[in-house]
Amino acid sequence: MVQFIDARWTDILFQSYQHFSLVVQSLLLATVVAVALAALVTSREGLAPVANTVSAVGLTIPSFALLGLLLPLVGIGAVPAVLLVTFYAALPVLRNTVVGLQGVDAGLVEAARGQGMSDAAVFWRVRLPLAWPVVMTGVRVSAQMSMGVAAIAAYALGPGLGTYIFTGLAQAGGANALNSALVGTVGIVLLALVLDAVLVLLSRLTTPEGITV
Amino acid sequence: MNQTATTEQSGTGAQLELVDVVKQYPGQKNPAVGGLSLTVELGETVMFVGPSGCGKTTSLKMINRLIEPDSGRILIDGEDITAHDPTRLRRSIGYVIQGGGLLPHMTVADNVGLVPGLLSWDRDRTAGRVDELLDMVGLDPKVYRDRFPKELSGGQQQRVGVARGLAADPPVVLMDEPFGAVDPITRQRLQDELMSIQEELRKTIVCVTHDIDEAIKLGDRILILREGARIAQYDTPETVLASPADDFVADFIGSGSKLKQLTLQRVGELELSRPQTCRVGEPVAEVVSRVEAAGERSVVVLDERSRPREWLFLRTLAQHRTVPAPDHALQTVVDHRSTLSDALDAMLVSSHGGAMVTGSRDRYLGVISYDTVTAHIQGQQKEAL
Repeated sequence: MVQFIDARWTDILFQSYQHFSLVVQSLLLATVVAVALAALVTSREGLAPVANTVSAVGLTIPSFALLGLLLPLVGIGAVPAVLLVTFYAALPVLRNTVVGLQGVDAGLVEAARGQGMSDAAVFWRVRLPLAWPVVMTGVRVSAQMSMGVAAIAAYALGPGLGTYIFTGLAQAGGANALNSALVGTVGIVLLALVLDAVLVLLSRLTTPEGITV
Repeated sequence: MNQTATTEQSGTGAQLELVDVVKQYPGQKNPAVGGLSLTVELGETVMFVGPSGCGKTTSLKMINRLIEPDSGRILIDGEDITAHDPTRLRRSIGYVIQGGGLLPHMTVADNVGLVPGLLSWDRDRTAGRVDELLDMVGLDPKVYRDRFPKELSGGQQQRVGVARGLAADPPVVLMDEPFGAVDPITRQRLQDELMSIQEELRKTIVCVTHDIDEAIKLGDRILILREGARIAQYDTPETVLASPADDFVADFIGSGSKLKQLTLQRVGELELSRPQTCRVGEPVAEVVSRVEAAGERSVVVLDERSRPREWLFLRTLAQHRTVPAPDHALQTVVDHRSTLSDALDAMLVSSHGGAMVTGSRDRYLGVISYDTVTAHIQGQQKEAL
């Protein structure tokens, strides 16, 4: 095991970096898309339940199956990897943002409008800041999930630690099969813990002071 | 406030006119507001009262178009606001709601400076205005400016809400049950403060309340509405009390309308008595001999800024060597603008059969006694007969 890691040290680090980078970038993209969708959905009567159903159903699609559907459309490489991770990452953020925005006291929103804030100002300066802790919880859930989904992306020759897992699977019974799979799995768990710690910190720093408990 | 409002007076308010305003909610048989027409003169305070569901809040919210009227016109200084951009319109109309409606993630200063910020005032001007307004509503800017709403009491939040409504110096201020969420003693103080602010600013205020006593106390005119926002009576508090238009109004103002006259008269209109006073820190022996020489048994304790702090019997005071500074808040103090009804309330918790009266900046003026008030009421009853 030690030998195995020793021999591939730089590659493991590189793949970890790639994995982390894939997840973070997709997560960022997913958050922007999800918040935008949530803003749209909560501004129209009756759309929120639709969004909730979509996110619930979306999460039941096996990631392998979705990858299979994506490959004929966009080919192999980084593009299907980013699309796949972003799709799954967006769902919990979408659901949480919808819940968060709906949880903002309607009286408060009316008070803000009554002072002369435009709809855009009400969204950016009142509703989103007040929903932010709930949004960030969704982002953390997404981050954990995306770490696993990103491993699947390796099947489409995407970057990341998934490569080690698939190598291990392909060589099952072979000399380094177990080592390979373990490196991939443990690496992903470690990355997930690091990312979660970063997100907890970020959440604390970005939550408005007046609503912290 | 009841006496001084006239149209000739110059003020910063504006004339407000509603012409046949209608609002019908979908799925309801009767309109929530069925053709309300009303003129509010410049600088006047009009109280909208009526049973719940009578359309008073709907009527109020149509003035700043949080609710869009189906038909009719709303004019401010003769200009039809239903043609304006509602967001811009709202920046020119103050809006104060129950509980303050403060944004919890913004500091007190940011909340008060919200509308000036939306109007793109420069920073210094906004900051100056915020401090001025906090001072006006009785909150020390240095202490409260940077606090968050959750760090304030209910009454303080409501004060900030009033300051926010006045921030951009709007000619018209709308208030929706502004003091409904605070305890009775705080409510009475806030009402007194609003009256003194209004004495100075002379805004045109439309205020919704379910509390007829509040309406009588604060209003230059009272608009009593029945279901569908149909006007039952629109007149001065004196007239409404003296000659209710019909049984509906009479029922609404209640049977104690003789007693309600008490809410029309201010403490400052009656003669105050002046018992002996002493200062915090004075030697008790001197105070006792002075008070006994005057033939009295109790003494009012003032602090260094002449604010009343306590009203003590000599036997209580005698336990100390110098006059102690009390550590609890007083409940037996009323402002000279308070109503006789408020004063009677305060007297109920006093063991001296009276309440201490303060003037501007909480300075001690004297004492109003229970006997003075009852004598006054009896005098009035004789006059009436």
